[in-house]
Amino acid sequence: MADKKLTVARTGNEAMAEAMRQINPDVVAAYPITPATEIAQIFAGFVADGLVDTEFVTVESEHSAMSATIGAAAAGGRCMTATSSQGLMLMAEMLPIASALRLPIVMPEVNRTISAPINIHCDHSDTMFVRDSGWMQVYCEDAQEAYDSVLMGIKIAEKVRLPMIVSTDGFIISHCMANMDLIDDRDVKDYIGKYKPQTWLLNPEKKITIGCLDLQDYYFEHKMVAIDAMRNAKSVIKECCEEFGEKFGRKYGFFDTYKMEDAEVAILAMGSLAGTAKVVVDNMRKTGRKAGLIKMRVFRPFPADELARAVSGLKALAIMDRSDAMSGLEGPLAVETKAALYDSAGKPKIHSYVYGLGGRDVQISEIENVYKDICDFAQAKKKFGENVTYLGVRE
Amino acid sequence: MDNLTEIRWHGRGGQGAKTAALLFGEAAMSLGQHIQAFPEYGPERMGAPVQSFNRISPEPITLHCGVTNPDIVVVLDPTLIATVDVFQGLDKGDSIIINTEKAPGEIEEELNIKGMGIKIYTVDASGISKAEIGRDIPNTPMLGALVKIYGKLNIEHVLEDMKKKLEKKFRSKPEVIDGNIRAIKRAYEEVKS
Repeated sequence: MADKKLTVARTGNEAMAEAMRQINPDVVAAYPITPATEIAQIFAGFVADGLVDTEFVTVESEHSAMSATIGAAAAGGRCMTATSSQGLMLMAEMLPIASALRLPIVMPEVNRTISAPINIHCDHSDTMFVRDSGWMQVYCEDAQEAYDSVLMGIKIAEKVRLPMIVSTDGFIISHCMANMDLIDDRDVKDYIGKYKPQTWLLNPEKKITIGCLDLQDYYFEHKMVAIDAMRNAKSVIKECCEEFGEKFGRKYGFFDTYKMEDAEVAILAMGSLAGTAKVVVDNMRKTGRKAGLIKMRVFRPFPADELARAVSGLKALAIMDRSDAMSGLEGPLAVETKAALYDSAGKPKIHSYVYGLGGRDVQISEIENVYKDICDFAQAKKKFGENVTYLGVRE
Repeated sequence: MDNLTEIRWHGRGGQGAKTAALLFGEAAMSLGQHIQAFPEYGPERMGAPVQSFNRISPEPITLHCGVTNPDIVVVLDPTLIATVDVFQGLDKGDSIIINTEKAPGEIEEELNIKGMGIKIYTVDASGISKAEIGRDIPNTPMLGALVKIYGKLNIEHVLEDMKKKLEKKFRSKPEVIDGNIRAIKRAYEEVKS
């Protein structure tokens, strides 16, 4: 299949819309919001041009977009929507319903910060706000990874029977055109296969009730089924990533590592910053520092054991969050990574950073300073006054 | 990243700085290069100063930070020079291409930048555009000038690729296609150092 490689130049939004065209969902219900608008807009063009068979539903809000998508998915359809920031937050009420009803909706999302103040640029506050909604979450470095992750997402979500958010960094990736390889339409069709829901509304063979009242006597057991599904999702994700790698040559995992084999210090980060950090790792290596990078992709389910193994043996780790939970603690990636390492014997010294809120650019030199600081931290030449460093914020 | 070239476009909202970056990126990609093309997003207003960017390299590009030290700057509107620091981040040996009737020497004297070691190029992209396309749309001719200064893309291949793209976009207006191709070619030939 790899010989049918078609290299194109696409923005992150175009790449995600292209994946949706190839998936050809039964229903897409969407509402526009910067910087994700283009995804549904381009897809609406595919509908108008007759390139897909999708029922495209224009709704009056994101709450309705998610509600309509849930309804259509409960009726047995392969259903998608796309959103960002405030739109995702308006969906928030419906998100845990999608997961508890075990509906495999895949939602391309573009990471944009949340109000106030009003800002259309990137940080991860929006998806972090819904991190406990029972949706799987995958953060992507670039357009290629976003495209691949949406395709893999369909397969994973339908096997796990939980919904998934696949996100890119707003503007930085969503609006950046770059080289990427598309997979042939027919190969995508073969890869994702036909969707066969276990059951659906109005199925006369297997009559079910969806969304009914469920009090003290059974709520816990029913919730437990969804909780277990998320716990078990890891094995499905692992399998699907391996299968995708074998079929199409691009290998992904819960997280991807860069020059970690002999690394003594490393950065753990998500999204586009990881790409810039790879260049910095190379620069650091030239100066004799054994630097590495772990790019976190799958944040839900959180790959705690795998991450603990990946960082064991490091002298120091910098965890970089592109959101702050306003919890008085570190950012969410740092808090969860630290929790994952609590029982780990070989855990490194850790310092956490929050960067890039509201789209603040992070230059190579700033990431170089992070590596230099944690090198000194590893050798006890440096102490951090606070548990979090806010990178690039003016005082 | 040693073979990486970074380009910054300056224009005014509506002049096509974003489109030019996308077209240049696509042309370079179709000739086997790795590229990025992205605009600077802010409040979108017709006539307001805007920027867009390219990265080009024979190797895959993983950088996703902003472009702060471009190797080449392209100025679509010469009136921007008075209001925007179009030279920002340019170092000795870097290049700037300006859409103006003036010669590079005149610009150098006007701005008093002779000792800076920045290579200045000029081309009357607006004049070429009016003559060949019938309207002042300087972005495509400036693309031709950029191909010349960048120096690593074959102009004939770029023109072929551009023709294909324009044919898709302006199926009903063949005169626009030919005009644009002539404008790109003329600017490639007429850019002055």
